[in-house]
Amino acid sequence: MALSNVVETPASGFNFENVCRNVALEGLLQGGQTKAPKPMKTGTTIAGVLCKNGVVLGADTRATSGEVVADKMCAKIHYISPNIYCCGAGTAADTEKTTDLLSSNLTIFSMNSGRNPRVVMAVNILQDMLFRYRGQIGASLILGGVDCTGNHLYKVGPYGSIDNVPYLAMGSGDLAALGILEDRFKANMEMEEAKELVRDAIHSGIMSDLGSGNNIDICVITKQGVDYIRPYQESEYKDKRQRRYKYRPGTTSILTEKIVPLELEVVQETVQRMDTA
Amino acid sequence: MDSQIKGVSTGTTILAVTFNGGVIIGSDSRASIGGNYVSSKTINKLIQVHDRIFCCIAGSLADAQAVTKAAKFQISFHSIQMESPPLVKAAASVLKELCYNNKEELQAGFITAGWDRKKGPQVYTVALGGMLLSQPFTIGGSGSTYIYGYADAKYKPDMSREECLQFATNALALAMGRDNVSGGVAHLVVITEEGVEHVVIPGDKLPKFHDE
Repeated sequence: MALSNVVETPASGFNFENVCRNVALEGLLQGGQTKAPKPMKTGTTIAGVLCKNGVVLGADTRATSGEVVADKMCAKIHYISPNIYCCGAGTAADTEKTTDLLSSNLTIFSMNSGRNPRVVMAVNILQDMLFRYRGQIGASLILGGVDCTGNHLYKVGPYGSIDNVPYLAMGSGDLAALGILEDRFKANMEMEEAKELVRDAIHSGIMSDLGSGNNIDICVITKQGVDYIRPYQESEYKDKRQRRYKYRPGTTSILTEKIVPLELEVVQETVQRMDTA
Repeated sequence: MDSQIKGVSTGTTILAVTFNGGVIIGSDSRASIGGNYVSSKTINKLIQVHDRIFCCIAGSLADAQAVTKAAKFQISFHSIQMESPPLVKAAASVLKELCYNNKEELQAGFITAGWDRKKGPQVYTVALGGMLLSQPFTIGGSGSTYIYGYADAKYKPDMSREECLQFATNALALAMGRDNVSGGVAHLVVITEEGVEHVVIPGDKLPKFHDE
């Protein structure tokens, strides 16, 4: 038990401190005339495929904030542990923080127990957390990894439901990607074939879904190690900048310069010994 | 009712039937979102909570998985403390406690079936609000409404294993044929004193009826 509860679970279900802060911030924005920015969502296409020697995960790289592309090279495949990676769709902040928390917990577990974490453990921790927050954390995740029990691919929904599958797609472009996967997936595919299949599935999502776009990232996890190819394929529709838009130093003229040294006085000095026994 | 379940729901057909010497528990394998998107064709709704006790889930997938996880732990712990396999009634009670005490937050129903030394094969339903009922056979989930007639007419007490398997398979096939949120493959588990046997019948091998 001591090993699995590495971080204490909160006393009661929810921790919504940030909601109070957000409400206060919105109040500050001139009584609702200026709207707070919409949360950044990764309207997304993510996919994963189990192949003969490992797992292949893929994702597009577009993050949208309302109708604007907020990030053209967003990393949606998150590191969880040396043998487990996770693709995230939904609210960008939620997927980022959830996977970070999971990664920290598993690192502590590894150090405590001396073992590599198993994919099923990561899935259980995610399920516990997302279920506790009753869907308020908008994170749809694809977890893939290789551990001592084999190759695994799991889907975790925002309400905390899990499913163990050989291939899957999630995000706003999932239907497009699923069409490709359903057509060409075979059990025990070769690695190269699996990479191509995932690439094609993400590409289909990018072409057919407005929320997905830009480049394609691929992450290949095998017993030997991880190959995180970012980007695996660049978008054909990349614009070239016409000229340099940076300002040269000296563009703004300096009129006056005043230097004020901060005189600090040492009031009190305490030395605390660190007990490293 | 099903469309009000947020997230993935197992709009489903589940059933459990006792026969002479054991019990058969069965389900379809479809999980849907919003009543019109099948999010999984191969979801597992038959969860083993102990060596000879299974439960099948209906309602919100997230809620059901969370409850069965907690129940599995509690039953396991109880069994270790008592130094003997748990009674099926104990397992059903654990689920009932979880469902009843959290009835505001949860939307999941269960059928618990298994074999124990004291009473042999048994079937219990735990409904949405936490009602616990023991019956010789029971059907549940959205697809069950289409097979009440069939089940009532065709069930006989003390069937043989083969008769019971046929009864359960037919019931599942009929329900999956009429209910849009039930489908996929038919999962059946036969639980007896000797052990547990899984039977999986793919969609195309299910019995066909008059207009299929």
